[in-house]
This record gives sequence, C-alpha cells and structure tokens, in this order.
Amino acid sequence: MEIINFTPLSAFIGGILIGLAAFLLLLLNGRIFGISGIVSQIFSKDRDNRSWRISIVLGLLAGAFLIHLFIGTPEKMETVSNMRLIIGGILVGIGTRLGSGCTSGHGVCGISRLSMRSIMATLNFMVWAIITVSIFGSGFSN
Amino acid sequence: MRFISVLRTFSIALLFGAGLEISQMNRPRKVIGFLDVFNQWDPSLIFVMIGAILTNGLLYMIFIKKGRIDKERGPLFASEFMLPQKKKGDFPLFIGSALFGIGWGLSGFCPGPALSGLFRLQSELILVAISIIAGFLLYEVSQLVKKN
Repeated sequence: MEIINFTPLSAFIGGILIGLAAFLLLLLNGRIFGISGIVSQIFSKDRDNRSWRISIVLGLLAGAFLIHLFIGTPEKMETVSNMRLIIGGILVGIGTRLGSGCTSGHGVCGISRLSMRSIMATLNFMVWAIITVSIFGSGFSN
Repeated sequence: MRFISVLRTFSIALLFGAGLEISQMNRPRKVIGFLDVFNQWDPSLIFVMIGAILTNGLLYMIFIKKGRIDKERGPLFASEFMLPQKKKGDFPLFIGSALFGIGWGLSGFCPGPALSGLFRLQSELILVAISIIAGFLLYEVSQLVKKN
C-alpha cells in the first residue's frame, strides 16, 4: 500500500460543514439528512410534502456550485467507464432503498446518533465497496 | 411562511453541498482512491467522516440527546423528530448495504455527490444520476409487485 493524493485539511473542513448541515436539518426540521431517502421519496407514491425534498436537492447543487465558483474546483470530473456508471448507479439506487440509507443517512447521521443499524450498514457497504474495487480495479487508467 | 421554510431547508442543504465540493467527495477519483486500499490509497474520505461525525455527533449529544432541546418540544420548526424506528439489523439492511457498497465501488458515486456535482452538466454525471434514480424506481416497482 502506498498513500497518494491525501488532502486531510480540506476533507476535514468539508466534513465539518456536512456534519453541521446534518445537525441543523434535525434540529430545525426534525429530519435525518439521508440523501437517498430524501430524494427517492420525491418519486415515491406515499410522498409527504415534496417541496422540502426538492429544496434539499437544489441546495446541494447550489452549495457545490458556489464552492466551484469561489475556489475553482475542476470543470470536468474524471469518471470510470459508462458501463460501470450505469450498473453501479442502479445498484446504488436499489441498495440504498433496500438498506434504508447511504453514506449520509447511515454514515454521517446514523453513526453520530450511535445507531447500531447504521454502524453495521456503514461497515458493510465499506467492506463491499473495497472488495469491489480490489476485484475490478479503480477504473482509472493512471 | 412556506417560502421561509423552503429557504431554510435550501440553506441547510447548501452547507452540505459546499462540504461535498470542498472535501472533493464529488470526485469519483477521491472516493475510489479511498476504496483502493490494497493498491494506492487516498485516506481523505476518513477525514470527511471524522469531521462530519464529530460535528454532528457532539451537537446532537449536547442539544438534542441530552435534552437542552427537549424531546417533548421537538424540533424548532416541525412537530416531531422523524427518527428511524428500527433498532436492529435485518436481512434487507445487510443485502441493501452490500448492493450499495458494490455500486459505490463500481461507480465512485453515492447519491449526494451524484446530485450535487450535477451543476457541471457533464454527460457522465447525468448518466450516473439517472442510473441511481432508475435504481430508486426499480425498488419502488419491486415493492408494488410484492404487495400485489
């Protein structure tokens, strides 16, 4: 193992903002900041009040865009092959619904509340993701 | 009042989106770099999680769990805390989180970054966002089929 591209400071600062947002959504709106749950229920049949869910999506976009404008993050993202994006994306969609959460809901919110379910889910998806990358490779040429 | 509540929620999500872009978690290379433990490893993602969990966890313990904002009064602008009711791990949790992990490792995207990075209007990002939403819809369909 060799350590590369390590950016602990920006990672930590970004993490603080994410944690603060998660806390504020619970304190003010009484909601868990679980993005898969919030977004998927825009399309669900038993939807309650869509407007706050759509505000979340727009806020996420606007926040990322503002930082992009201010500090000039890359214009274009390097991605893996389209096949990996499609299959991976569909599995992310199904898996987060079946497993009631993703990196935000289980990883950030659940672990902060010391939820056993979220700790188990987070360890489980991390392990499977590491296994997947070790089998299929990073998907980047260099 | 409706406008204020939308603006409040929007502003909270703005912080989250900013955090994703600052920490570069919108970049699949950073995410897959973290997952590529046995090759060339980029540990940054752990620091995002530590920053987020410390901040959220401490504030939660102080202001919500320990009852400064007591559970009876609930959140400031809603009637009650909508917390998950299930406490124990079950079969769907394990299968679901495993499928999510495989998808995350393949694509380098989880739902937040896939959406917040969409301002780039890049075709690959649109493709992964649509695929994730297709996954959500497939799940909904499977639930409908199960019911009938």
